[in-house]
Amino acid sequence: MKILVCISKAPDTTTKISFTDGDTKFDESGVKYIVNPYDEWYALVKGLELKEAHGGTVTIVTVGTAEDEATIRKALAIGADDATRIDLKAEDAGQVAAEIANFAKEGAYDLILLGKETIDYNGSKVGGMLAEHLDMPFISLAESMVVNGTTATLDKEIIGGIQTVEADLPLVVSCAKGMAEQRIPNMRGIMAARTKPLNIVPASGAAQQTSFEKYALPAPKSAVKLIDPNNMDELVQLLHNEAKVI
Amino acid sequence: MSVLVYINSNGEKIAKSAFEVVTYAKKIGEVTVVTNGKADESKLAQLGKYGASKVLVDRSFDGIDEQQIVRMMATAAEKVGANTIVFSDDLIGKAVAPRLSVKMNAGLVSGVNGIPNADGTIPVNVFSGKAFGFVKVNTDKKIISLLPNSIQPEETGSDAAVEEFDGNAGETRVKVKETKLPEGDIPLPEAELVVSGGRGLKGPENWNLILDLAKELGAATACSRPVSDSDWRPHHEHVGQTGIAIRPNLYIAAGISGAIQHLAGVNGSKTIVVINTDPEAPFFKAADYGVVGDAFEVLPRLTEAVKKFKASN
Repeated sequence: MKILVCISKAPDTTTKISFTDGDTKFDESGVKYIVNPYDEWYALVKGLELKEAHGGTVTIVTVGTAEDEATIRKALAIGADDATRIDLKAEDAGQVAAEIANFAKEGAYDLILLGKETIDYNGSKVGGMLAEHLDMPFISLAESMVVNGTTATLDKEIIGGIQTVEADLPLVVSCAKGMAEQRIPNMRGIMAARTKPLNIVPASGAAQQTSFEKYALPAPKSAVKLIDPNNMDELVQLLHNEAKVI
Repeated sequence: MSVLVYINSNGEKIAKSAFEVVTYAKKIGEVTVVTNGKADESKLAQLGKYGASKVLVDRSFDGIDEQQIVRMMATAAEKVGANTIVFSDDLIGKAVAPRLSVKMNAGLVSGVNGIPNADGTIPVNVFSGKAFGFVKVNTDKKIISLLPNSIQPEETGSDAAVEEFDGNAGETRVKVKETKLPEGDIPLPEAELVVSGGRGLKGPENWNLILDLAKELGAATACSRPVSDSDWRPHHEHVGQTGIAIRPNLYIAAGISGAIQHLAGVNGSKTIVVINTDPEAPFFKAADYGVVGDAFEVLPRLTEAVKKFKASN
């Protein structure tokens, strides 16, 4: 099975969010980037599990600049065979999807996996866009997947529940919690990752469709109002009269 | 301007999020709602109350296959001459809108939390609700994916005309084998009131404290990551960075310390109540109302107080 895993970098979950250049740019100074957790924990590890069960290869692809290579090496250390970086500082999801689609067309992949969203812009866009570019079915928010021959059976989240679906490969699958068990790279993996192939290919020049003009931070929350634990009637009254939520 | 809205009408009732997107679209232009399946004409006509001029329904397919919905929406956009398409940013919108964006070469703005500004930029949530952004769309056509609970549905009009149409939806390539919808539960992403428990509740055998309060309030139940990781509660109840993000009117958290990853999933809530024995718990900083006390004592008291309140109102 030929598996492609799309990864993205994301600011560490504890990053303090601030903006610069008159609130038009995310302030990257001091920000530690990690592999987007959904891409790493669920998509990449699921790819590796499938390779271990069925044979084949796991290729990583990312759209980014030379600065992103540390995150790619980290992903390689977890166990992929090789990686490709499409050389572009992408400005929106449309560009990322178009560039990855352009790359994936050449590879005849059986399965394209990615996380359900990145933890910075939370767009959940690339998977569906990629599937449309490649005319493949898109299974979103998969929690489990079993591949039997050329057919995949997946459990996916739907509003208020779970749906079990079946589709023939090739497929694009976005991976949510439950899909795989997080793996920590070991020393052997980290050493091996240094010499694994990391190919760099030029971007094809896909157009940017949307742009962030400005950012803002929410107004600081006013101090918490403490309620006597013995007086829950007061809390109920506040929720009714003041917050007006019940 | 002509605006197209997709809604899912397959459920027993039309979801509140559908009324929200119609209300929203009405503020941008003349609204045509597009849906599919077997929903009664009378059920669809009520969308007119929220501002829909017309409802187009494709009776040729049921369900939520994203490729079929994409083809139907593209057909409808051409038929109506719409340049703006609005989805609810729920699990269907997240699967469908990106595909449609490629098919129609329409810039997609997701995580939208309000109506476009005078300069045309669209306000969105970014960084898991820790910041806002204002997005410009550079294409002629645009797709807006509106976060649930961002706008109050407004009843302004009367019944809409319902028209059957052929959306050229084609065949699906994804076979649905089974659909499991836990009965009687309020779906978490749509819930206006949510009661949530964390590790402080010590074990699944104590969850009746959460369930009793939720039942009394008519709330959905949720949990923190350690709770779903330990299988005390199902995964779909996990709210937070790696679970789901919710935006209810009221979020009551008991025995949850409020790690930044948990806050990322709930900081869009209108009102947050935190119950914790530790006055230093970080969650109190994000809370509107705090109760420093033992959840095992406070929750039953709160349940009683709600019961009393409901009886007297």
